[in-house]
Amino acid sequence: MIEITKGSLLGRAAKWFDPRWRTLNMLGFILNRVTAIGLTLYLFLHLGVLSLLAQGAKAYDGFIALAHSPVFIFGEALVVAAGFIHGLNGIRIALNSFGIGARYQKALLVLVLVVALACSLVFAVRMFGA
Amino acid sequence: MTETRWNVTFRVYRKKGAAAAHYDEFRLEVDPDEYVLDAIERIWAYQDRSLTFRHACHHSTCGACGMRVNGAEKLTCITPVRQVARDGGVIRVEPLRNFPVVSDLAVDMGVFYRRMEMGEQLPVNVDKREAIQPEARPAGPGGDQLRLADCIECGLCISACPISASSPGYLGPAVLAGIHQHGLQGSERLLELVDSEDGVWRCHSAFECTAVCPASVEPGWRIMELRREVIGQRIRGLFHGPKSSKNGQLEASQ
Repeated sequence: MIEITKGSLLGRAAKWFDPRWRTLNMLGFILNRVTAIGLTLYLFLHLGVLSLLAQGAKAYDGFIALAHSPVFIFGEALVVAAGFIHGLNGIRIALNSFGIGARYQKALLVLVLVVALACSLVFAVRMFGA
Repeated sequence: MTETRWNVTFRVYRKKGAAAAHYDEFRLEVDPDEYVLDAIERIWAYQDRSLTFRHACHHSTCGACGMRVNGAEKLTCITPVRQVARDGGVIRVEPLRNFPVVSDLAVDMGVFYRRMEMGEQLPVNVDKREAIQPEARPAGPGGDQLRLADCIECGLCISACPISASSPGYLGPAVLAGIHQHGLQGSERLLELVDSEDGVWRCHSAFECTAVCPASVEPGWRIMELRREVIGQRIRGLFHGPKSSKNGQLEASQ
């Protein structure tokens, strides 16, 4: 016998991020949430970094030097990708919400993902090449 | 049906009363072309008569046998074993999500049915072809009643909906799809219901309802269409100033 733990509200909400047994539709739903959380965290991080300016030029320049490391550039490439995915997917959802193209939402999602991936790759190449 | 026989293990969700839930395993020789519901019935008939599950028509009309098979919502009467398993494999059978479990695989659909009625999806007397108002409905069993619409009220869409999982008050895909199918018909009450916190705006466009619907109702698309209708009515209301009549119907100002 395998015991099952009862799901709390948080546990049930965690199912928002569970892609198992679901379709591509759910991937769009999950990506929108993950990118939204990621972009929100980045916003706070960004404000935190800007606050270094209050500590003088030396503190800020020290961070800028660190920001040129490949790890930081990779992180920034993820932010750009998240921006593209969330923004383009948001447009798809907004259109669907007004009854436009709702029957073709899956095809639109694929289009969104392809365009977001292509744009992200272009940005990543330029960012790493700079 | 074929002569082929597969040995399949059914891992079935069990829950009785306040006892902790668990899974029981049943080994079965099955025809890969038989349906999952047939296998569950044989488990009940030959291995465990205490197994509780809902079923009726066996041809995807009644919507009673909705369950999760290997995690995904399925109408088990039309789900062949070969679609969800292989010879020597395991089929995990669980009750629908987002409904209270009554016993084992049977869930309580009461809230769902009441919400269907809130959305004016009333049972229909098949002889008279007219909606039966709640006060005129027979108290006990008797009288063939059903709702004449595509939706078979299986609840798969509600089980698959991630928003129904986190927002118990959400009307849910089937109810909203039913209202769209039925039409707002100028009803201020219906407009308030669908344009509420738990109405069409609670949907976050996961479209899993449409993916699992066995009756091609396309609840996701219907919710989006309903949004458009709601927006249209609200905008028209700004210019024409809708007035509510005594029976709750909107009177369009000409």
